[in-house]
This record gives sequence, structure tokens and C-alpha cells, in this order.
Amino acid sequence: MNPSALTIETLNHNFGNLRALDNVKLTLKEGDYSILLGLNGAGKTTLFSLITRLYDNQTGLIDIFSHNVKKNPTKALANIGVVFQQPTVDLDLTVEQNLQYHASLHGMRKKLALDNALIELKRQKMEYILKKKVRELSGGQRRRVEIVRALMHNPKLLLLDEPTVGVDIESRKLIVKHVKSLCKEKKLAVLWATHLIDEVDIEGNLIIMHKGKIMIHDSVKNVLKITKTKNVSNAFDHLTKK
Amino acid sequence: MTIFQYYLCFKGIVFRESLRFFYQRERFFSALVRPLVWLAIFAVGFRSFLGVSRPLGQPENWPYPISLVPYELYIAAGLIAMIQLFNGMQSSLSMVYDREMGSMRTLLVSPFPRSFLLISKLVAGVSVSILQVFAFLMIALYWDIEPPMIGYLTVIPALFLSGMMLGALGMFLSSAIKQLENFAGVMNFVIFPMFFASSALYPLWKIRESSEILFYFCSYNPFTHAVELIRFSLYGQLNEKSLMFVLIFLLIFLMLAIYGYDPGKGFIAKKKV
Repeated sequence: MNPSALTIETLNHNFGNLRALDNVKLTLKEGDYSILLGLNGAGKTTLFSLITRLYDNQTGLIDIFSHNVKKNPTKALANIGVVFQQPTVDLDLTVEQNLQYHASLHGMRKKLALDNALIELKRQKMEYILKKKVRELSGGQRRRVEIVRALMHNPKLLLLDEPTVGVDIESRKLIVKHVKSLCKEKKLAVLWATHLIDEVDIEGNLIIMHKGKIMIHDSVKNVLKITKTKNVSNAFDHLTKK
Repeated sequence: MTIFQYYLCFKGIVFRESLRFFYQRERFFSALVRPLVWLAIFAVGFRSFLGVSRPLGQPENWPYPISLVPYELYIAAGLIAMIQLFNGMQSSLSMVYDREMGSMRTLLVSPFPRSFLLISKLVAGVSVSILQVFAFLMIALYWDIEPPMIGYLTVIPALFLSGMMLGALGMFLSSAIKQLENFAGVMNFVIFPMFFASSALYPLWKIRESSEILFYFCSYNPFTHAVELIRFSLYGQLNEKSLMFVLIFLLIFLMLAIYGYDPGKGFIAKKKV
């Protein structure tokens, strides 16, 4: 049996007296496309920070492909690609230089890294931007460069924290479509955090987070069935305004 | 991870810092202007009535080949250390900025051990500061700041150690500072006391004549020892006492910086980033 891409058990996290995460439990399998939906301040970014070990979990357990993030961060982190909420590309450097820097942070050879990046850029018909400075790119292009960068080291779990914030509608559609196709083709497990209901895919899974708690985690169809609602917006209201 | 992968990672971090340095030339020049103002205006202004002479009975405090040195020659070592102090603080400022803006996350989620990533970033910053120092030394030739040729070589390891020490201090501070706005305040409590309560502008034996308490404070100021290590190395000599101090403080600041960025125990774990 394949190991879970991501396993989270009884995860709590506090910032002083503020409880940011409350008994979070979550399992993602290979090829799962899951949307983590929650309002701003629901705990999505804290959850991502703990999965990526920006800081350690105080309680519970986080495993990525059976590697514990706290005990074996090297193996666990090697399996994940991350697109953070805030842009993290260096505006003064070219796309190629940004990608090279990321590759070195994963101990990859320059050539191999760029070959991987080119495949992704070509897939998005963006190979012409390789020598351009990031500053010259549009918001949507920058975000897509971040997705390319997150995939360069062939991770098996892709984490996206509100990747479409500040991006125009057309670019948003392209990003959503691209990530879905990656999920199918590469069997990538995807966890996509957002507060935008229209990014939820009816064919995928939905995790609703509210005040640090996971309110529900199921396929979108089942969520609608369980909540006896017609759309995700109503289901969200039903679960968060109890 | 193999040793070769560690090498690739280290090389990548140093290369990125060098590129940023290349693209942000204003930063490079502004870092040079500060010590040059001190040298060209302050030191030259004081030259007519300030010179520093060899202290009697303390040959261990005097690296210069002559007994009386003009003031600008004396403060040259202090200004070099000043470049490194500001560079260390500037790079830590950029770390606070990077953390607030998000790009620090890219570094911190690398699968390599965090201590290795932080030390690599420090080395990258120090490499840039050494280039700045050499640019300063070239310009300083105009004011007859001319150490022996061997000094240009022997100063490199001293610059590396003092730069690492000051950079590690900046890194530790950056881990402790919650917001970018708080940084200016901390700088006032760090840069100015460190610089003025040191042997950068006046020799310790002169300070002792005025205030015994200040003398002891200056004697244990890590910046004093960075200055003295650089001063002696510029003349091909080793100040063993300062070397010891710099190594000890380097170790302390480095441990504090690594602690500060520790995902479990450090300051980074206690705040939202």
C-alpha cells in the first residue's frame, strides 16, 4: 500500500494565548487534489508553516510520505514543493537565476534543474521568460514561475498557500487548470489553501477550516450531501455559522 | 544529502548574495560613503591636533612601524570594522525584510539543516563585506593609508572572522526582531554603543586616562577586538588576545543566531512569520 502523502494527527498550535490550530487531523493520498477553504485567520498559513517546518509542531504529528517533519526534516522537506502566500521570487534576479538558486537549495545540479524547469515552462508556454528579470513579469507570470520553481525538484506533495492572491481572473484560471493537470499527470498530491470559493473543484476534495479547526474533509460531492446544501458557499456557511 | 549537494547549496547561496550585491550597486556605494566621510572629513579635520603615539610600556598595543601615526591612519582599522558592522546589520535588516516579505521562507524550507543554511548565508554576506573593505582600502590610498603589501593578504582572515562575528550578531538580532519597524531602534542600541565604546576612534589607553569604567566596557566590547584584530593584521601581525575574543564572541553569536532561528525553541517559533 502506498504511504500517505501527508498525515497530520492531533495537531495543536498556540501563539501565546491565541489558539491558531485546534486538534487538526488530515490525510492526503497521492494524486489527491484538495482545497483547504477558510476565511483569513482560519489557521491555513499556520498549518502550512508547520508542514514546511518554518517552526516545529508543539503537539501531534506531521508525516510527509512517512517521514516525520520534526524528526527527519531533510527527507520530509525534500518531498514537498511550496508556493507561499507572499511572493518569494527575487525581483532583481532573472527567472533563470531565481530557479538556479532554488535548485541549489535542494542540492540539485544546475543543468538538471534547468532542464526540469524548461519542461514546466514549455508546458505553460513561458520558456521565453527564462532570461527576463522577474520585475518585468506580470503578477500572474510571477506566480506561475513560483509554481515552476516549486516543481523543479520533482516533489510528490505540492502545497499552495493562496497562490492566486493579487492575480487577474485570466491568470487565475490558467493557474488552477495547470495545477489540476499536474495532479492528474504526475500523481501529485496537492493541498491548495484559499479563501476564494470559486477555486473549489467539484471533482476534488474539500477541507473546510474555521477558527483553527477542520470542520469537514471529504469529496466536494459528499460535503454537499452531508450538509444538504446546493453549493460550496452554502456548505461553508452551514459549517462555519453553526 | 551528499557532501557534493552541500557544496552546491553553499555555492548557490553565495552566488545569489553576490548577484544581489552586483544588482544593488547603490547599496555598495552607500556602504563606502559612510567610512569615507569619516576618513575624508572627520579624520582629516582632526589631523592637525590629533595624532596617536605609541603607548609607553605597552608594545603589544602598537602594530605600526612608526611611533606617532596621523589620526586618519589610526582610525582606518576602525572604519574597516565599521564597514563590516554596517554590512552585518544591513544583511540582518534584509533578513527581517525577507522574512516579512516571504523570501526568507524559501531558504528556511530547504531540506538542508537550518544551521548550515544560516552559516552559508553568513559566509555569503561576509564575502560581500570583504569586497567593500578592499574597495575602501583602494580609495584610502589617496589619504596615504598604505599598509605593507603583506597586510592586504593577512587582513583577509581577520576580516573573515570579524565579519562572521558581526554578521552572526546581526542574524541573531534579526531572529529576535518582530517587525521591520523595530529594527531602527535596536540598531541605535547596538551600532552606536558598539562603535563609540570601542578602540575604533581612540585608543583604549587614552580612554583609561578619562574613565576607568568606560575603559573596562570598551575592553570587553567585541567590536574593539574586531578593530584590533584588523589593525594588527593590516601590518602583518597577529593580536592573539583579540583573536581569542573574536573567536569566543563569534561562537556565542553564532549559537544565539542558530537558536533564534531554531524551529522548535527559537524566536522564530514564537511568532507568526
